[in-house]
Amino acid sequence: MKALNEMKLQIESRSVNEGFARATVAAFAAQLDPNIEDISDIKTAVSEAVTNSIVHGYPDSVGKIYIWAGIYENGLFKVKIKDRGLGIEDVKKALEPLFTTLGGERAGLGFAVMESFCDKIHVTSKIGKGTTVTLEKFLKGRNCGDD
Amino acid sequence: MAINITSTPVRLTISLIGEIDHHNASVLRIESDEAIQKSLSPTVTLDFGEVTFMDSSGIGFVLGRYRIVESYGGSIEVINLSNRLYMMMKLAGLEKLMKLKMKG
Repeated sequence: MKALNEMKLQIESRSVNEGFARATVAAFAAQLDPNIEDISDIKTAVSEAVTNSIVHGYPDSVGKIYIWAGIYENGLFKVKIKDRGLGIEDVKKALEPLFTTLGGERAGLGFAVMESFCDKIHVTSKIGKGTTVTLEKFLKGRNCGDD
Repeated sequence: MAINITSTPVRLTISLIGEIDHHNASVLRIESDEAIQKSLSPTVTLDFGEVTFMDSSGIGFVLGRYRIVESYGGSIEVINLSNRLYMMMKLAGLEKLMKLKMKG
């Protein structure tokens, strides 16, 4: 399936870029004229994935985060967030709510939030190679072709 | 992101304004903890009425403050939550630890 429209964004893994990344993805999704709830869902899920790359992918360095977003038929919106960081040893375990390797103030809810706000999430990871998170959501709105 | 702190002898109110994410949670944490540790107030209220965005860093923020306030025997409550923020905090099970009040 080919995207009707797509965009790419590359950022450094600095926490100050978290707000920029989620706002940019949301601005791209805005052409579908989705409702506020859906836009907030996208922003929150992207924020979680980008934060994971910064905190877990590149804990001791600044690396690149590659963000791709695509619009498909029937209002399907996909976002891919990819890093070339440390990778996740056990993806299944990382997806469990409240599981965190960091303790402190990380709630361990990043993936749970992504799952609850998206229709589908997919995570691939390889130690030493990095992690890719794919988010999929059907947006409801005037230009989403769902009516 | 901004923070507004007011206190009475029995209550410390911490009002958060703007977006809460991993980046700005650290500043919120430092300023809140300074006020909490200075007052050791029996009730600490976190007011989310002016929060325009929050990811799971906001939940980490609430949990962290809960642990501090609980450690000296105080209680914590979260007020003025939008539907979305209330849902996220319930997802994290915070309603078992503290009072969560919605807007209005």
